[in-house]
Amino acid sequence: MTTTIFFQQLTNGISLGSLYALVAIGYTMVYGILRLINFAHGDLLMVAAYTAIYAVTMFTLPWYLSFPLAIALTGCIGILLDRVAYKPLRDAPRISLLISAIGASFLLENLALVIIGGVPKGFPRPDIFAKVIEILGVRIQVLTIYIPLMTLVFLMALLYIVYRTKVGKAMRAASKDIETTRLMGINVDRIIALTFLMGSSLAAAGGIMWAMKYPQVNPFMGVIPGLKAFIAAVLGGIGNIIGAVVGGFALGLGEILLVAFFPQLAQYRDAFAFVILILVLLFRPTGIMGEPITDKT
Amino acid sequence: MTWKGKDMDTSKRNLYCNLAALCLLALVLYLFDRHGTEYQIRILNNMAVFITLAVSYNLVNGMCGLLHLGPNAFITIGAYTSALLTMSPMEKQMSFIIEPLIWPFSVLQAPFFVSLIAGGVMATIFAFLISFPVFRVRGDYLAIVTLGFGEVIRVLCNALQGVTNGPLGLKGLQPYTNLWWSWGVAVFTVLVITKLVNSSFGRAMKAIREDEIAAKAMGVDPFRHLLLAFLVSAFFSGVAGGLMAHLITTISPTLFTFFLTFNLLIIIVVGGLGSTTGAVIGAALFAWGGEALRVVESPMDLGVFTIPGIPGMRMVLFSVILMVVILFARRGIMGRNEFSWDWLFSKLGLNAK
Amino acid sequence: MNDFFRLESLVMQFGGLTAVNDFSISIEPGELVGLIGPNGAGKTTVFNMITGFLTPTSGRVLWQGEDITGLPVHQITARGIARTFQNIRLFTDMTVLENVMVSFHHKIRSRFWKAMLGMPSHGREEQRIREEAYGFLQELNLAHLADEKAGSLAYGQQRRLEIARALATYPKLLLLDEPAAGMNPQETMELAGLVREIRKRHGLTIFLIEHDMKFVMGLCERIKVLDYGISIAEGTPEEIQTNPDVIKAYLGEPKHA
Repeated sequence: MTTTIFFQQLTNGISLGSLYALVAIGYTMVYGILRLINFAHGDLLMVAAYTAIYAVTMFTLPWYLSFPLAIALTGCIGILLDRVAYKPLRDAPRISLLISAIGASFLLENLALVIIGGVPKGFPRPDIFAKVIEILGVRIQVLTIYIPLMTLVFLMALLYIVYRTKVGKAMRAASKDIETTRLMGINVDRIIALTFLMGSSLAAAGGIMWAMKYPQVNPFMGVIPGLKAFIAAVLGGIGNIIGAVVGGFALGLGEILLVAFFPQLAQYRDAFAFVILILVLLFRPTGIMGEPITDKT
Repeated sequence: MTWKGKDMDTSKRNLYCNLAALCLLALVLYLFDRHGTEYQIRILNNMAVFITLAVSYNLVNGMCGLLHLGPNAFITIGAYTSALLTMSPMEKQMSFIIEPLIWPFSVLQAPFFVSLIAGGVMATIFAFLISFPVFRVRGDYLAIVTLGFGEVIRVLCNALQGVTNGPLGLKGLQPYTNLWWSWGVAVFTVLVITKLVNSSFGRAMKAIREDEIAAKAMGVDPFRHLLLAFLVSAFFSGVAGGLMAHLITTISPTLFTFFLTFNLLIIIVVGGLGSTTGAVIGAALFAWGGEALRVVESPMDLGVFTIPGIPGMRMVLFSVILMVVILFARRGIMGRNEFSWDWLFSKLGLNAK
Repeated sequence: MNDFFRLESLVMQFGGLTAVNDFSISIEPGELVGLIGPNGAGKTTVFNMITGFLTPTSGRVLWQGEDITGLPVHQITARGIARTFQNIRLFTDMTVLENVMVSFHHKIRSRFWKAMLGMPSHGREEQRIREEAYGFLQELNLAHLADEKAGSLAYGQQRRLEIARALATYPKLLLLDEPAAGMNPQETMELAGLVREIRKRHGLTIFLIEHDMKFVMGLCERIKVLDYGISIAEGTPEEIQTNPDVIKAYLGEPKHA
């Protein structure tokens, strides 16, 4: 492999990793508070991508309006998801909550299939993201650079909210102990809604960038990235935002470099993440950055 | 019923009732076998296969209270193993055009019954291999690991062309699965799993479901019993996979995606998680309802104009049903109750005492 | 020193926090020993280390001449140490009889396939378990509730069912974690009688945690006091009641009850 190709793959890995990271943050935040794998989280990528497509093609909005609109709308759908599918089950056994999440995921996918149809749609990628530039002799699509940059911006904003604002403090408290937080007079339902809003918005941003990178949008496009992002979150230690980002990058880079170095393994790429997951759970069930769980009696 | 168990009369009565019910089932199957339409026979076959799948899936999810999301993996393994064994070496040589089939599958051929057992055994072996990472965790993690295992098997099915023929799949299998095979397996599965659930082993599983810490303190080894449920479940899923393969006669990786698991989950949730009776009812409803609902996906001719079929509509309905049940009627049809003759007779007011 | 049951300088640390420090005790067969101390003193942690829920940071649990430190919980139960839980942990959706029957499982001789195929030998074993389990229910005055769901029982009945379930594992050493918690004085008195009775009938050794001083002082032959993870006193009820360290630990309330 030449250095040029290596650098190309490296930037590819970084941008794929940023996408996993963006989606993983949503998983980790929701898991932190509700102890629930939000199975429908990955499908929000699809929702955001379709919303952006329709905003651009049907309502002929410029991309700099339609993308934020799609992100905002998807954030609201995230809140709705919680209200409809999870909130009624707060006191139910965990298994019910998880089944509801799986149901919600299938519902979103198949609603999209019924309403829009299964034929993949192209994504109207704005020209400014399609340009190809040359850095040190390596030809790179600007999108590959924008994706990590945008991720960084979103991440900074998120970290600011979580660690520097009052609301963020409440969120962190809720993820430590939701009952005590409630007793402190904090409106936990609002905190949960906010968590869903933020997580879903990040997933939406990830979805739009995903659709620009791989411009084939179909009702099931969110399933595999969703699962992998969840694995990234586990990898980093679930409930830990920085861990989710680290896990996302590790997974994205790992996948791309695996295929780059061992092209004959390309067809196993989708299994790679799960093998990693199994290894992590075998040897360090709390993830790279997670704290050990103590067994309460 | 008193603690001493049923007295001799009732247990004899129950035995006769069971025999009578089996004879009735046999008669019904015989009549359909002779006079039923192809459509009816297909539904009945599907029903039996789904009963086998749902009852064995429920053993893990309902009785042990785990959320195992990978039964599709075991069904796949059973289906491929069984199919590879019933195909003649000739057929296999002709099917595997991209890469030849690896030894020993290339030369082996076995009767249908043996192939079903082999499918079950192979699924059990895989279940055993995966059990160590699976049972190190619980809850959501267990769900995602088992789901991941299903995905890994799907990827392997596409990639390992020397074993599975890749995306092309296996075609032209003999349609061995008839009503007798499918219902024979279903009845056997229900009987055996019911016996297990009602035994000391089943009680240990339920105790783990109710409170794993207390179960341990009472001397129950969680790993051994969860493993037992997992392996038994995988075995019957594998056998059902073999039945499925020889019912549809064409198998490929797309047949065994997470969709299949999702369907099984709907069945056991609607039937009532933790009830074998519920799993049977759920499976029967699903096999029948699934066919009946095909209407919504096929074009409808209203005389004046035609409504085009809407693909995906069935799955929308199924997802809605699942969510409505879990949100508003969490116990499903049966809750954790089981059908019993005692219950039926007391309902009918026929109990002597 | 004896070979029956001995804890040797058990230490349990969680992160930087030392929950139990250098805890040792030796219990003779047939003794009834109490473990008392203020809330958060580490009493339940001691029980969790004995029963295998926690592996001590250092120290040993010796049981009938064997070092059982760090063995899995179910194996410790199988060796004859049973416990009840402070916060009742019944199998709520199973019947009262089934709750007790679970405790027999670790001794079952049938293999699982015999159960699946409905072999007569397994059926006979089931029947025997059922009858013996019923015997324990009769002993604890719960027989009339055998077919009720455990979750539907009244509080005091649930406490008794916990004891029945522990007894059904046929222990030699029984650990009771606050058996009288939440009971009224009348029930507490009955419980004391019950504990004496089961000890006599089953030849048990009992180690119990309790907050109710009257209960402990009236029942136990020897008492160990734990405060902030450290053992501060050991002796007969009379000695404990007059021990200045104990009085200090209980904020100057020597005659607590």
